[in-house]
This record gives sequence, structure tokens and C-alpha cells, in this order.
Amino acid sequence: MRTKRLFLVSFVAILVPLVASCGAASGGEAAGSGDIVVFAASSLTDAFTDLAAAFNVVNPDAKVTFNFSGSSELVTQISQGAPADVFVSADDTNMKKLAAAGEVAGDPVAIAKNTFQIIVENGNPQGITGLADLAKPGLVVVLCAETVPCGQGAAKILKNSNVTMTPKSLEDRVKGVVAKVTAGEADAGIVFATDVQAAGDKAVGVEIPTDVNVVTNYPMAVTKEAPNAALAQVFIDFVSASQGQAILAKYGFLAP
Amino acid sequence: MIWRRRPKRRAGVPVWVTALAAVAVLFFALPVIGLLWRAPWSHAWAYLTEDSALTALRLSMVCSLWATLLSIIFGVPLAWLLARVQFVGRSAVRALCMMSMVLPPVVGGVALFFALGRRGIVGQYLDRWFDLRLPFTTAGVVIAQTFVAMPFLVVTVEAALRQLDTSFEDAARTLGASRWYTFRRVTLPAIGPALAAGSALAWARALGEFGATITFAGNFPGTTQTMPLAVYLALETNPEQAIVLALVMIAISFAVLVALRDRWFIRAGSESTRVQR
Repeated sequence: MRTKRLFLVSFVAILVPLVASCGAASGGEAAGSGDIVVFAASSLTDAFTDLAAAFNVVNPDAKVTFNFSGSSELVTQISQGAPADVFVSADDTNMKKLAAAGEVAGDPVAIAKNTFQIIVENGNPQGITGLADLAKPGLVVVLCAETVPCGQGAAKILKNSNVTMTPKSLEDRVKGVVAKVTAGEADAGIVFATDVQAAGDKAVGVEIPTDVNVVTNYPMAVTKEAPNAALAQVFIDFVSASQGQAILAKYGFLAP
Repeated sequence: MIWRRRPKRRAGVPVWVTALAAVAVLFFALPVIGLLWRAPWSHAWAYLTEDSALTALRLSMVCSLWATLLSIIFGVPLAWLLARVQFVGRSAVRALCMMSMVLPPVVGGVALFFALGRRGIVGQYLDRWFDLRLPFTTAGVVIAQTFVAMPFLVVTVEAALRQLDTSFEDAARTLGASRWYTFRRVTLPAIGPALAAGSALAWARALGEFGATITFAGNFPGTTQTMPLAVYLALETNPEQAIVLALVMIAISFAVLVALRDRWFIRAGSESTRVQR
């Protein structure tokens, strides 16, 4: 018992200065360890949770925690001083907004692309084949509000294809549209292709022709006030490299 | 009439009570002061008179008043039942009716889907038989607001009914008054202040309702976009306008609550003391 405790004490006594000197001496070299907080667009929820697990295998001393929400809400939170190391936006607009607020360090890296699909309930009971069907009378269509990337994309797509229709609701986030379609309350919506895939067997996607479809970028950057900028950069490099890209592709994201 | 106004006995208030109370007041005042401090006063009028803001404001007023009315119509009988009638499972029924107070409003909205939505337990028949769909309608907003607001009225009124001395009601009944007459002329005046307070609470809760509304009724200008939804969305694109809209909500509820306190509560309060004496 006694020797055990002695062993423990000496172990700690050796380890503590070792770790401390490590952190003090390098700063940059101890990059693979510590904590980072990643603020990511809600469409990345599943893919990034998976990415963090893979990242942890390579960097066992690193801990990645997430805050998933609408891109514009994340910009508000970071601008108000929320402790973020990394920001990933579902569009360039919100990344630019954060950069304009002086909260981004360095140049954002494009990590993925996404396109849009019409989401309908599994089995497509209303027989929707394309954008023109969304204007059918009696059909309950919900879209994202234009304050979030999916809403801006949807508005642009409808304009590109000359379809005029009145949605029943303008949701504040893309998952709101998905939820209303999978619950059977709405017949159709326009969401990211990855959201249709994430909905599993509850929903199916109807393709939107590429000539009217919109492609969005996912830029990723270290924040200005990042408490652990070094690890943040390691994480961004990991997402950009082949392993990270393979995981993103698995969830339906396109290469940047 | 024991006392009409607050008795003037300030000298006896312990210092620590005042200090703690002052912290509480500051805790509530500071966020409001923060909003006032950041408000874009030069553009305030322009933001306010925008069509979208006026539409949301009008919708909020109409819906929250309907929700309050429905809460009174159904909530007072419920409170009476819970306070006065002994029945098996009363505690369970009470807990069930209070559930929406602790339920995250967004979950409440989803639960309303399962109940009253197009595929809901009851909703599917409303749709099939009456062609009635509640999600994405103004009626849906009223239902979502009533769902979260009514418990506040029930709790307040039930507490008042329990504290009420039933001998006045018994006297009225022995003197030949009908049940309804007794309730209207004896019980109701006695619980007047509680009913007013409960209604005010329910109204305030309905006015600020966000989660259940956006989930169950969606968000569309003119039909379901109430002030809190408009404020939330404005926060993402135009934070200045969001602050102005939030301040308007605060100003309206502040004015109503202060006016109620001075007129309704006090007068009703003195009346109830008269009845009780």
C-alpha cells in the first residue's frame, strides 16, 4: 500500500514538470494535444462527429468538442465572445461576415461542397418529380428562411427555374425543414443533399437539375481568439487531408 | 378594509433584505438597460414601422389574447376541479396539466404534431373529416401558445381557490343561491386578484412563446410569424432591428403589467378583503 502510494507520488512528481516544460518550451510543437471547441454548421453534425472520432485515433491527447447550429447564429455567438477555436460555415457569406468582424485568423480553407435536393417523405406519396411540382396547389412546402444558407440557396434555385410558389413556413434552420417533412406535416422542402442522406429511410431526395442548382462552399478557419490555435490548425489540416475528405464524402459532401 | 395600499413601515426593513432584493432588481434591470444602451435610437422608428414588424406585432397581440382567453375558459374550471373535487389520480392529473411548464417548448411543439398534426392521433381525423389542418396556421400558433401558457393560470387560480374560506360559498348556497350564482357572485370576486394575476402570467408567457410556435406552427410572415420569431430571425441578419423589436415587446408587456397591478389587482384585492371580512 505504502510503496504503491510512493510510486504514484514519484510518478506524478516526474510527470508534472515534464508536461509543464513541454507546454512552456514549445507552444507550437505540443499541437496534437489539448482541447478545442469547433463551431460548425448544423448540416455537418453527423460527418464532423465521425471526423472527431477519427481525429482522436491519430491524436489521442486531443479533445474536440462541438457546437452545431445555424451558421449565422454561430457567427453571432463568436462575435459575442463565445470560446471557439474553429469555425466552419455552410456558406461563404457567413465566413465573410465573421472575417469582417475581425474574428478570423488567416485565410479560410474550403473543405467541402454541397448541393440541394427536394426532400420528400419516403416513397414520395405526392409523386413529386421536379421543381415545377412544388407550385402544385394544396401541396404543403416548407423552405428555410433566407437568413440561413439553405434558404438563400432555395430562393436562388426557385428563381433560376422560374418557379413561383408560396411556402407554408420559413424555417430558421435546415433541420427544421427536414423535421417537418419526416413528421409528415409538410409534403416537400428544399434542403442540402447531405440532409436528405442524413434523414435515412424517413425521406428521399428528388434531384434538382445542375443548370438551376446551387453549389455551396464550406469554408473552415481558425478564430482570432482561439484558445488553442495550434491544435485548431492540426484539426483543419486533418479535415483537408485524404482521411478527412473520405469521411466527408461518406456523408454525401462533394470535394472542395 | 384592512389596508388599501402597502402599509408605510419602511423603517423596520432589515438591511440585508433590502440588499438581496436590490441584487435581484439589478439582475432583471441590467439586461433591459443593456438593450436600451445598444438600441439604435436614430433608426428605431424606421425599424418599427416596417411592414414586417407591424404584421408580427399585430399577430402576436391577436394570438396571445386568444391564448389567454382560451386559458381562462378551460383553465378556471380545471383549477376549480383540482382544488375542490376529490377524485382518484388527482395529483397525476395535476402533474399532467403542468407538464408543458417543464417540457422544452420545442419538444412541446413536436408533441403537438403527434397529437394534432396531419398524422397525429386526433389531427388525422380533423384532416380527413373536416379538412382542418392546424400546423402552419394562425390557429396553430394560438394552440401552441395556449399549451405552454395555461398552466400558469391554473396554478395561480388553484392556489387561490384552496386558500379561500368555503364558508361564504356555503352560506350563499344555504340562502338559496344556485351553484352558478354562488360561483359568479361569491367565488369569482374572491379569487379575482388571482385570476387577474394568472391571466397576466399566461398572457405574458404566450406573448413570449417561441419554441412550440416555430415547431408546430412554423414561421411565415402574416400567418404564423409572431414577434419572438421575427426577433429571432432579425437577430441573424439585422441585430439592430431585433433589439428594437425586443424593446417594443418589453414596453408593451411592461405597460400592461403595471396598469393591471394598479387598477385591477388593487381594486379586486380590496374587494376580496371586503368579502372575506
